[in-house]
Amino acid sequence: MNKTIITVVGKDTVGIIAKVCTYLADNQINILDISQTIVQGFFNMMMIVDTNEMSKHFGEMADELKELGESIGVDIKCQKEEIFDKMHRI
Amino acid sequence: MINLFEVVETNEMITKENLDVRTITMGISLLDCIDSDLTSLNKKIYDKIYEAAKDLVKTGEEISREFGIPIVNKRISVTPIALIGGAACKSIEDYASIAQTLDQVAHQVGVNFIGGYSALVSKGMTPADELLIRSIPLALSTTDRVCSSVNLGSTKTGINMDAVKLMGQIVKQTAECTKEQDSLGCAKLVVFCNAPDDNPFMAGAFHGVTEADKIINVGVSGPGVVKTALSKVRGENFEVLCETIKKTAFKVTRVGQLVAQEASARLGVPFGIVDLSLAPTPAIGDSVADILCEIGLEYAGAPGTTAALALLNDQVKKGGVMASSYVGGLSGAFIPVSEDQGMIDAVEAGALTLEKLEAMTCVCSVGLDMIAIPGDTKDTTISGIIADEMAIGMVNQKTTAVRIIPVIGKGVGETVEFGGLLGYAPIMPVNGFSCDAFVNRGGRIPAPIHSFKN
Repeated sequence: MNKTIITVVGKDTVGIIAKVCTYLADNQINILDISQTIVQGFFNMMMIVDTNEMSKHFGEMADELKELGESIGVDIKCQKEEIFDKMHRI
Repeated sequence: MINLFEVVETNEMITKENLDVRTITMGISLLDCIDSDLTSLNKKIYDKIYEAAKDLVKTGEEISREFGIPIVNKRISVTPIALIGGAACKSIEDYASIAQTLDQVAHQVGVNFIGGYSALVSKGMTPADELLIRSIPLALSTTDRVCSSVNLGSTKTGINMDAVKLMGQIVKQTAECTKEQDSLGCAKLVVFCNAPDDNPFMAGAFHGVTEADKIINVGVSGPGVVKTALSKVRGENFEVLCETIKKTAFKVTRVGQLVAQEASARLGVPFGIVDLSLAPTPAIGDSVADILCEIGLEYAGAPGTTAALALLNDQVKKGGVMASSYVGGLSGAFIPVSEDQGMIDAVEAGALTLEKLEAMTCVCSVGLDMIAIPGDTKDTTISGIIADEMAIGMVNQKTTAVRIIPVIGKGVGETVEFGGLLGYAPIMPVNGFSCDAFVNRGGRIPAPIHSFKN
């Protein structure tokens, strides 16, 4: 398994999850977990995904998701899970 | 599994609080390049460094992108050049040609600094050491990216006062040679007591002779993260304060450990150490002085500053040590003046003086760092300042350093602009009473009594 954390932050609007999930499905990226909340009108979502089956490079996926985010007015970031795991788990 | 709040916390540290990995520094041994022919020596040095470090910048950028953490600098440190050039160099121009080779290869592989134009003379100078030291003004004024350091003393050997005297002159000459750029050369020149072999930070990085052929050392940073964490515990007692610093330092250092291990694996170079440092930059919110203010001081330099810095330095180490498998380098809080907006503000407000900075260096990571002084300061006065700082390191069994910039043509009340990470600095007054007779005695100060531990 090759876990990546995708975070989506921005102004809430219709179809954010749908668009992100469509991209992930098109690229053989499996969603393992989603949590989402609205803080003061701001959409805040984190997805844990498995990129093992993905044929693209990590950087390509990160760029495409960032572009997708810009087109719907949210900020999308991709980071490998280890940075969070190292920082928050002993 | 990781939860949303942990992810948000990490990303806020990066985006709002300037958390970054300050440097990945590749240490490269040049001992196998030694040659009595200067042309051949320069070629071997260029080839070895190029071959070892050609993928360093690219790898750093890849890691940065995949983990979403900025890696600000990619750098190289090499074996002290006084040792490498001894057989081939007969003049200061010969030594300076090696500096130019280092500069060229640094440009070629894309690193922003290369350290190790250095001599280790804590007990005595060989003719090669002395020649290298005398070549420093020429080397630093004819290169962009080369950094130079000289180790002048240690707890085991005492202080080489002949070298201290010489370095007072060399600092001044370097300032003269680079006076068109506000004496910028001195920002790339540092003297040490108890210099570590594995320091990843410039200007003092060199690859010690006790090190492996190649090594990856990483320096972390996060003064903004510590400050933000402390702003949430205002008014709480010292126990809460110290626990908060420790936990924050742990998190910051874990990022450094991750980056170091990744860089080491991808480059096929062994992992050396993580340097647990709070290294400020001129960016607002990336300041060690701001942490001291958050602890409860109006300005850095107010009474209580030394105690606050002592506890900060100690808690950073306690939190960081558990987060990394190998810790080394300088490890602790850095207190450069020009690179820290809070320090600059404190100097401008009249709260922070050279003497208070000297006291602060007794309890923190390095020493008098990036301090601009009047350009007409005497050579012997600079040597006296260096000797004081070396004595603090020698007696307290710690690393101390001096990176001081006599700005030619400027005096107290004026400011000097170095640009970029080096920042700007108000010129600070220096005690004008003479120490000529002290500096001119010659010889060395014996090792302190507590060095005899055998």
